[in-house]
Amino acid sequence: MAGSTLEIKDLHVEIEGLEILKGVNLTINGGEFHAVMGPNGTGKSTLASAIMGHPKYEVTQGEILLDGENVLEMEVDERAQAGLFLAMQYPSEISGVTNSDFLRSSINAQREEGDEISLMKFIKDMDSKMETLDMDKNMAQRYLNEGFSGGEKKRNEILQLMMIQPAIAILDEIDSGLDIDALKVVAKGINEMRNDAFGCLIITHYQRLLNYITPDKVHVMMQGRVVKSGGPELSQRLEEEGYDWIKQELGIEDETIGQKA
Amino acid sequence: MTVDVSLPYDKEYVTQFSNGLQEPEWMRNLRLDALEKSETLQLPKPDKTNISKWNFTEFKHNVQGEVIDSLEDLPAEIQDFLDKEKEQQNLVIQRNHTVAYAAIDQELKDQGVIFTDMASALRDHSDLVQKYYMNDAVHVDEHRLTALHAALMNGGVFLYVPKNVQIEEPIQAIFWQEDPKASLINHILVVAEENSSVTYVENYISHNKEEKTSANNVTEVIAKDGAKVSFGAVDNFDSGTTVYMNRRGVAYRDSVIEWALGQMNEGDTVSENITHLIGDNSHSNAKTVAIGRGSQKQNFTANITHFGQGSDGYILQHGVMKDKASAIFNGIGKIEHGASKSNAEQESRVLMLSKDARGDANPILLIDEDDVTAGHAASVGRVDPVQLYYLMSRGISKFEAERLIIHGFLAPVVKQLPVEAVKRQLTQVIERKVY
Repeated sequence: MAGSTLEIKDLHVEIEGLEILKGVNLTINGGEFHAVMGPNGTGKSTLASAIMGHPKYEVTQGEILLDGENVLEMEVDERAQAGLFLAMQYPSEISGVTNSDFLRSSINAQREEGDEISLMKFIKDMDSKMETLDMDKNMAQRYLNEGFSGGEKKRNEILQLMMIQPAIAILDEIDSGLDIDALKVVAKGINEMRNDAFGCLIITHYQRLLNYITPDKVHVMMQGRVVKSGGPELSQRLEEEGYDWIKQELGIEDETIGQKA
Repeated sequence: MTVDVSLPYDKEYVTQFSNGLQEPEWMRNLRLDALEKSETLQLPKPDKTNISKWNFTEFKHNVQGEVIDSLEDLPAEIQDFLDKEKEQQNLVIQRNHTVAYAAIDQELKDQGVIFTDMASALRDHSDLVQKYYMNDAVHVDEHRLTALHAALMNGGVFLYVPKNVQIEEPIQAIFWQEDPKASLINHILVVAEENSSVTYVENYISHNKEEKTSANNVTEVIAKDGAKVSFGAVDNFDSGTTVYMNRRGVAYRDSVIEWALGQMNEGDTVSENITHLIGDNSHSNAKTVAIGRGSQKQNFTANITHFGQGSDGYILQHGVMKDKASAIFNGIGKIEHGASKSNAEQESRVLMLSKDARGDANPILLIDEDDVTAGHAASVGRVDPVQLYYLMSRGISKFEAERLIIHGFLAPVVKQLPVEAVKRQLTQVIERKVY
C-alpha cells in the first residue's frame, strides 16, 4: 500500500463545553478520495478542525492516528510536518506577511535545515501553480489573505496544498462561495494532486464539487456521527433526493447537533 | 511633585556656547530668553505617565566627535545605516556634537537645495532659518523641555527645498551619540517650498547602558502649498538615555506630510508627533511603531489636528510590549471648527507579549465641526491564537509563526522607510528587541 493512512476512531469533540462530535469513525488511505457530506450543523467542519488541532476544539474521547502515530499528542505544526494539511473554510488574514514569504516558510518548515528550497525553484514552482489556479501573479506579494475575496482565499488554500504536497489533505468546504468557473479551477488543482500516495478528505454540503472531483467513498454526517457510507453513487442519490430519505431510514428527526439552551 | 534640580548650564555658559559657534544675535537672544523661561516653566504632563523624576538635567552638553574622511572609517554598526552600493550623495553624519561627515549632490545645490548641519545653517542662512525656527510648529514656551531645547540646542540639520524642486533620492541623517554621556539636543528643520517634494530619513543611535544622559530633540517640518514631505526615522537610543522627542509638522494648502517613525529606544521615552493640517485639502499619514521591553516606560502621542477644509488625516500606531515594560499610546484626531469635509482616521493596536507588560491605547477624537467623517479602531491583546493556528497548520513552528506575525504587525513603518539599509537595520532592531 502506498502513502499514509489516517485513522479516526470513536472521536468525541467539544467546543466550549458543548459536544459536537459524538463518536466519528473514518479511515483514509493514501490514493483515496473521501467525501464527507451532510447538512449544515452536523459536525463536518468540527471534524476537520479537530484533526488539525484548532485551539478551540477539545477532544474528549477517541483517537486520531496517522500511520499509527498518535496525532492528538502532536502540536499543530508537528501534525503538518507529519503530513496533514487542512484547507480552511475561513483562513486567517495576516497583515504585513506576504503570501510568498509565508509559502516559503511553510515549505521550508517541512524540510531539513540546510535543505531549504532555492529561491529560483520556489518562484518557478509558485508561478506555474498560480497559473494552473488562474491566480493573478501579484497575489504572491500581497499580504496573506488580507483583502482577498472569498474566491481568492479558496484558491490560495489550494495553492498552498499544491506547493506543500502533504500526504493527507482535508478540504473544508473549499467550494463554498465559488462560482462555477472558480469551482472548476479549484477542482483542476485538486485533481492534479491525485496519485497513489495522496489521500484526501473533502468536506462539502453540496454535491456540486463532486461533479468535478470523483470521490472513492462518500460518508454522510448527522448528529455528530458518520451515519452512512457508500460509493460515488451515494452522493448522486443525495443530489437527486436530498437528505430526507436517510433521516427516514435511520429515524432521525433533527439531524443537527442541537444548540445550548 | 517636581524635583528641583537646577541645570549646570547658566546664562554665561549659553552666551559663550553661542559665541563659540558664531551664531547670529537673534539665536543667542532666543537661547537666553529660553533659558530664563526654562526656570519657571513646568515639565510637560504626558497623559498617564509621570516623568517628574526622569533625568532631563544630567548630561554632557558639548562633546566633540572625530571627523572622518571616508565612510569606511565608521564602525560597522554605523555603516549598517548606509546603502553601500549607492554613492552617498545626500548625507550628514553627526557624531556627538560634531559633524563628522557631510555631503550633498552638486546638482541639488545648484537648484538651491540646502542640506547642512544646524550650526552651519545658522551662520550661512541665518535669515532663512530665523523665519521658521520655533515659529510655526513648536514654540519655545510650551513647557520646560521645549525651553531647555531652545536654550541648549547643540546639533541637528536644516533641509531647505526651493519652490518646484523635486528631490528623487532620499536625504539621510545619522545622529550618533557616541559618548555615553553626551546629550543630543538636536533641532531638525525641514522646509519644503511650494510644489516641492522631498524624502528625508534619520537614525538616532547610542550604546550607553549604565551611564546616564538625556536627549531632547525637536523636529519642525513645514510643507508649503502643494509640497510633499515624506519623513522617516528610526530612534534607537540605548537604555541610559532618557528621551524627549518632539516631531511636528505644519501642512499648508494641498500639501502632504507623511511620517514613518520606528520608535525603538531602550530607555524611558516621551515621543510626540503632531501635525497641523492648516491648509485646505492638506493631508497627513502618520505611521508609528514602537517596542517596549525590560522595565522601560514610554509615552507616545500621535496627533493630527485639522484646520483646513477637506483635510485628511490618518494615524496608525502599532506597539509591541514585553517583559515589564509599559507604554501609553495616545492617538488624537482633532477637527477644528470650520474644517468641514475633513476626514480623521486612526488605528491604535498594542500587542502584549508578556503578562507583566502594560500597554494602553487611547484613541481620542475631538470634533468641533458637523460636516466631517472620522473613525477609530483600537485594540490591546495577545497574539491571535487563530492566526498562530493557521500558520502552524502549514508546519511553521510556534516561535516562527509568532515572529512572522510580529514582524507583520510592525511592517507598516518598515515598508515605508525610503532607504533599504535603514529598512534592514530596523528589521534587525525589531528582531533583537523581540527575541
